[in-house]
Amino acid sequence: MYSTDLRTDKEKKSADQQVLPTSSQNDAKLWDAFQKRIDKGDVIEAKDAMPEKYRATLLRQISQHAHSEIVGQLPEGNWVTRAPTLKRKLILLAKIQDEAGHGLYLYSAAETLGRSRDDMVADLLSGKAKYSTIFNYPAPCWADIGTIGWLVDGAAIVNQIPLCRCSYGPYARAMVRVCKEESFHQRQGYEIVTTLAQGTPEQKAMAQDSLNRFWWPSLMMFGPSDSASTHSSQNMKWKIKRHSNDVLRQRFIDATVPQAEILGLTIPDADLKWNEKRGSYDFGDIDWTEFWAVIKDGGLCGKDRIRARRAAAKDGVWVRAAAEAYVQKQSAKEQAA
Amino acid sequence: MNIAENYIGATTPSSPKTAYMLRLADNALILGQRLSEMCGHAPEMELDLALTNISLDLIGQAKLLFEHILTLEDLAPNADVLALTRPQDQYTNLLLVAQPNVDFAHIVLRQYLFSTMQKIQYEALLGSSDKTLAAIAEKSLKEIAYHIRFAKSWVLRLGDGTPESSERMADALDCLWRFTGEMFERDNIIEQAEVSGLSTDFTSSYEDWQMEVKDGLAEAGGLVAPEVGQMIMGGHKGQHDEHLGHILSDMQFMQLRHPGLQW
Repeated sequence: MYSTDLRTDKEKKSADQQVLPTSSQNDAKLWDAFQKRIDKGDVIEAKDAMPEKYRATLLRQISQHAHSEIVGQLPEGNWVTRAPTLKRKLILLAKIQDEAGHGLYLYSAAETLGRSRDDMVADLLSGKAKYSTIFNYPAPCWADIGTIGWLVDGAAIVNQIPLCRCSYGPYARAMVRVCKEESFHQRQGYEIVTTLAQGTPEQKAMAQDSLNRFWWPSLMMFGPSDSASTHSSQNMKWKIKRHSNDVLRQRFIDATVPQAEILGLTIPDADLKWNEKRGSYDFGDIDWTEFWAVIKDGGLCGKDRIRARRAAAKDGVWVRAAAEAYVQKQSAKEQAA
Repeated sequence: MNIAENYIGATTPSSPKTAYMLRLADNALILGQRLSEMCGHAPEMELDLALTNISLDLIGQAKLLFEHILTLEDLAPNADVLALTRPQDQYTNLLLVAQPNVDFAHIVLRQYLFSTMQKIQYEALLGSSDKTLAAIAEKSLKEIAYHIRFAKSWVLRLGDGTPESSERMADALDCLWRFTGEMFERDNIIEQAEVSGLSTDFTSSYEDWQMEVKDGLAEAGGLVAPEVGQMIMGGHKGQHDEHLGHILSDMQFMQLRHPGLQW
């Protein structure tokens, strides 16, 4: 998911060993008082005392979520100029605008934790910060715009609804608005796929091909099984995370399989089967080698995505310099007057 | 319907009224399309949102106009076919709106030059004999006011910013100014639109527009419109430069590749 912990074991260990620059880190009293507030259901606000690990975890998670929204503009933007109708073009533009807006207020939420947007973006452009692996998969076909809305935004909703109750107030409040918009995105995506599935055989084949390519990467969005992870249990204790990756993944599969069936589309998983006893679908093994490979080197599109964001940032240098120079000139004029 | 046996495309307007509206629609569509190319690539995230927003407004205006045209003359089975399938020489947009997104200076200057004209052009439709057109103009003018505010504020910042930004603005002006005369060009279609009461004469405001824009440019660090050999015309007659074809190859891709389908 956009906010799933995408660090390798090595990176996690190294972060654990890092000494955070605060004396309160070892202040047992603060930790206890903080945990009591969390247990009581208090919402933590930006200026409240908090353990540095809590702050660092949220900063990583929220900024990674923001990066995902911004990079996520690119695969869909690939179809804006070629959308098949005026209505689809308008909806797609509005949707991508929503994603950019999500990015902006998530960066703002992250900034409340004490880091500037410029610094966070610099980490994205240098490759230090991560973003959801799903945006490193290509959208070569119009049907992908439908599938991204249906599956990718659908998965985002499953992940983000519990985040509306996250213990950190600015993030939780951002998620309330994000979820409302994601719900619209999911429905427009499903509507595109429905139109294709009910269209000509060629259109239906487009929808099936797209589902085949996006199904497994969508399941990977929830991250590896985290039942044994100490980080995950700490995040649950802090109420940053409410459910395990596996629980959320299962919830997504159970909701999505019937939606595919209604359209007469086939989920590309030979092991997918309704389990009466569990009241859930059993499903096949996820190829985690691919997941870690995409995290490591960006897979098919990662290099293009970062190159596009770097180019935009580079184009912005002279524009920002001009805006700053203009403001200085204006205030100098005002002072002289 | 058997697609192979039925030509699905658009025909040329036979009435000056619909021909005039098609110009308005094509201007909004092609500039909206140009701006949409910046989605995800603008020099700042806030600017990405702003450019997408203007693109949305313009394509929305175009959609309303195409749909209205079809209620007056049966040029195509629907607005998408009318908007997205015509041969290049049947697009009657201004050459200015198809000019490329060279850099942010070109983008904001193109917007400033067009939107300040579009405001005058649409104000001339407010009392139109065609009430739907008047309503579309009224709605669009609210959007245009924002487009002008955005574009002008950036023309000022870039023109009066750093030596580099000022140089880029001067280059943009040098490239784009020669397309401005076409915006106020008079021809038979526009005269007919006036005679029929579709629009009042907005072309007589050419000098006022020039004064307003030249004042704006002067305020932007003393930019001066260049002397041009001649104003370049042709868009109204479907005579385009090298840029429109590339826009169309993207914009028409799905409609031409898969004619007649629902999306």
